[in-house]
Amino acid sequence: MTHPTDTGIEGHGSVPGGVQGFGSGDGAASATRITPGNALRPEDIALDVQRGTARPSEDVAEYALRLGDDALILAQRLGHWISRAPELEEDVALGNIALDQLGHARSFLTYAGAAWGKTEDDLAYFRREPEFRSAHLFEQPNGDFAVTIARQFIVSYYQFELYRRLAGSADATLAAIAAKAVKEVDYHRDHSAQWVLRLAQGTEESRRRMIAGLKLVWPYVEELFEDDELTARLGDAAVVPSSLRPDFDRLTSEVLAEAELEVPQVPGAPGGGRRGRHSEHLGYLLAEMQVLAREHPGATW
Amino acid sequence: MNDTDARNQPVDIKSGTSAVSTDKASEHTTAGWPLWEVFVRSSRGLSHVHAGSLHAPDAAMALRNARDLYTRRNEGVSIWVVPADAIAASDPDAKGSFFESPQGKDYRHATYYVKSEGVKHL
Repeated sequence: MTHPTDTGIEGHGSVPGGVQGFGSGDGAASATRITPGNALRPEDIALDVQRGTARPSEDVAEYALRLGDDALILAQRLGHWISRAPELEEDVALGNIALDQLGHARSFLTYAGAAWGKTEDDLAYFRREPEFRSAHLFEQPNGDFAVTIARQFIVSYYQFELYRRLAGSADATLAAIAAKAVKEVDYHRDHSAQWVLRLAQGTEESRRRMIAGLKLVWPYVEELFEDDELTARLGDAAVVPSSLRPDFDRLTSEVLAEAELEVPQVPGAPGGGRRGRHSEHLGYLLAEMQVLAREHPGATW
Repeated sequence: MNDTDARNQPVDIKSGTSAVSTDKASEHTTAGWPLWEVFVRSSRGLSHVHAGSLHAPDAAMALRNARDLYTRRNEGVSIWVVPADAIAASDPDAKGSFFESPQGKDYRHATYYVKSEGVKHL
């Protein structure tokens, strides 16, 4: 796990063919061939789990479950924008972010499942609502485009600070997943910040919606930075959530100031997602996400 | 939020773009985002190659959309975007007068000429 390239041919050989050069997994092999590159993939983690080289402690698994659930629920929400965004190009942009998040979710859940003999699919499709550990922000409905951008703005600034630090985790697998994810989340930050600026400084209507969107989702910021016994016990393996807050506040308020927006002054929502207590929205999301896998367990296509 | 709601409440970014954009390309457009042509360089040492086109409200977003649309399978190391209006193209109907003249003019190719005696390394 600490050496993602160790998986070599076995790891990358399973990439489906079709494009010239696929399957070699060596990004530097040729100047003209397109290759998938060498980055860490969920399949590589699954291999390490199979071989017994990656095995999280119970606490690390619980922590990975939280981060994986955050990413999974957000990916499901963002995927809903496909064919519904203001322009085709934005469909693809949001779809790409959704797929990045799904990739992070797969890595975290694959690793978490190793502690309990479960696969990523067991965890994603066969847990009940109270068993999910995602924070409430991630399950908030898409709303209009501005609400989605507001939610994404908070998420990506939070995740960037989190993964940047988690890349130095004492747990090698968490560190490797975070090191891969942080580059992708950096782009998500840019995407959402660009849209916050444009919507805030566009028309009167787009500005009104941006302000309303931020006000709607800002109460869920609080929960992201709450420490608890688990994060305290994990020490160097995890990141203390409250330690991310100053950087989050500074960087988000810089963007909001440039957009001539105020940081919403709203009381925090009660939260409870990390303990399995969710808002009314998650159940519907899970029903849609899980129905196919539950209707046809083990089906492949 | 169901499908219908999402469709009925698009943010009015189409008309809003001209307010924030300083690009010439968007000034000509009243409906929808302006068109941009995308050029991708696949590797160091190669030139940028036309990859396709896309819509975007301004140059900054056009670059980002190009990244999302044309480099998501590890295709590129550099992207150019150009307002489609800024490209002057040859007339497809003038193909004969424009491009057929060089045909048959073998002497314009180096291979037409016999190598002079004593010239090395050609």
